[in-house]
Amino acid sequence: MNPYLSVLKLRFISGLQYRAAALAGMATQLFFGLIFIMVYVAFYANSTAEPSMSLEQLATYVWLQQIFLAFVMLWFRDNEIFQLITSGNIAYELCRPCGIYSFWYAKLLAQRLSSAILRCFPILLIAFFLPAPYNLSLPPEGTTFVLFLLTLLLGLAVNVAISMFIYISVFWTMSPVGSTLIIAVIGEFLSGMIIPIPLMPEWLQNITYALPFRWTADFPFRVYSGQISQTEALWGILIQLIWLAILIVLGRWCLRRALRQVVVQGG
Amino acid sequence: MIELQGINKSFKVARRTAGFGQAVKALFAREHTIVEALHNISFDISPGEIVGYIGPNGAGKSTTIKVMSGILVPDSGICQILGYTPWQDRTSYVRNIGVVFGQRTQLWWDVPVIDSFGLLRDIYKIPSAVYRENLTLLTESLALSDILQTPVRQLSLGQRMRCEIAASLLHNPQILFLDEPTIGLDANSKIAVRQFIKTINKERGVTVILTTHDMNDIEALADRILMIGKGTLLYDGTLVDLRSRFGSKRIVTIDYHEHAEPVDVEGTSCLSWTPERAVYSVDIDDVPVASIIAKLSEQIELVDIGIGTTPVEELILELYKEHQI
Repeated sequence: MNPYLSVLKLRFISGLQYRAAALAGMATQLFFGLIFIMVYVAFYANSTAEPSMSLEQLATYVWLQQIFLAFVMLWFRDNEIFQLITSGNIAYELCRPCGIYSFWYAKLLAQRLSSAILRCFPILLIAFFLPAPYNLSLPPEGTTFVLFLLTLLLGLAVNVAISMFIYISVFWTMSPVGSTLIIAVIGEFLSGMIIPIPLMPEWLQNITYALPFRWTADFPFRVYSGQISQTEALWGILIQLIWLAILIVLGRWCLRRALRQVVVQGG
Repeated sequence: MIELQGINKSFKVARRTAGFGQAVKALFAREHTIVEALHNISFDISPGEIVGYIGPNGAGKSTTIKVMSGILVPDSGICQILGYTPWQDRTSYVRNIGVVFGQRTQLWWDVPVIDSFGLLRDIYKIPSAVYRENLTLLTESLALSDILQTPVRQLSLGQRMRCEIAASLLHNPQILFLDEPTIGLDANSKIAVRQFIKTINKERGVTVILTTHDMNDIEALADRILMIGKGTLLYDGTLVDLRSRFGSKRIVTIDYHEHAEPVDVEGTSCLSWTPERAVYSVDIDDVPVASIIAKLSEQIELVDIGIGTTPVEELILELYKEHQI
């Protein structure tokens, strides 16, 4: 088997062991999903302005955020890699005949996949059967759904490429706390996880469109609800691919620089 | 096969003295010192050798191993191993070597050992026939059959270490770097590991470079010793040479029927004494052992006599002393 597939498989299998974490995660995500929607229901009831997103679309947007939290959250991290760097266990990674970037990329991808797969179905089911306006609605067409899946997976790929920079930064900072916090807070906001991007003021929307973050979450979720038309979605996929290429090339370059001056900690 | 020429490596180390005031000061101005970890290290190792790499703590042993295994990039110097420069051709080079860092783990913590082995098989692209053959051999000689299915976190240190060594040999490496492979092992496991290292060296011609603080490892395995201190190579030679350099000393242990006071013998120094046993250190170039025994038996009734060479530990200490490290 291809070594990267193999590490993906192993990480996936070991990720499936954490059942208690999955249960706790599901409960939290259901709770937050409901709370967010309640807040917006209250806003919408008292708002005089015409919202740029219907309540139904908004509920779907929020549920998709919660269901695929493991795909889109930047604070979702692999402590093993941090420990590898700070404790010096990276010595072993460096004496393997494979590229560290791809190796870690596969690990991170598998971790997010296993975590999402463990949690998504139960929440999905519950969210579907909630009473309106709290429920998750179906996508308007079958093709929209296919496009959604495609953009979601590409978004995941972009997200992992972004998160890679957090890990690379630890070579210099020796502690993951700062970089995780900065990148996670900024990224979360700019990907529409706190306020859905359509509800932001226009100047802020323009900023988010120029950055890679919204392509990981906001874009696939709006493809799902049909707010983004199918032709627009296809263009979006192209932009996702371009971002992915840029981030990976940049990440590889940074990692190469980090490794050239690596100090193996702890003797 | 392994050629190092004038390897230098230095690290920048942040330093401050203890205390709150100093810690606050370090927030604004960090003091760094440059520590020279390796200074002009040169040696050659031929195929099939077992080389013991020794030196006090912090001497640069592990750093050398890391340079040789392509993990660290030295500041200057040439290193050619199997025709590769380790840090430049890292991915193609490391396919040919196996590395064990005794203080670290390469196995996945939460999954059974065999899963980690499976991953290594894929990483090194080991053909399945070779993998199966090696796995059988390693399982037998390192007694792994009972622990392969256990998650790594539930293994004892010794069990884990045997798995680590096995993991480093699955891909038939030509060179094996062992950085303190017997750390924390019990006597049984130590002997098993040593035996195994000897076997793969003889049967497969694997070149072995090992660092250790356990001089018994060196005595049991290494034909050749490299000693490093403060980043400089201080000794390169065989254990036999080292012995003959300091080795005219013998330790004579005498058991006898109870005798009230210590007996002095000319030309020896008494290391310890009890009413029934005494230990003498003798230089056999000055005084032959036979004459000591003859002199002793005149005064006391001997029960048992043991004659030993100086333990390797003491030879090493002598070397350290000679170089003032």
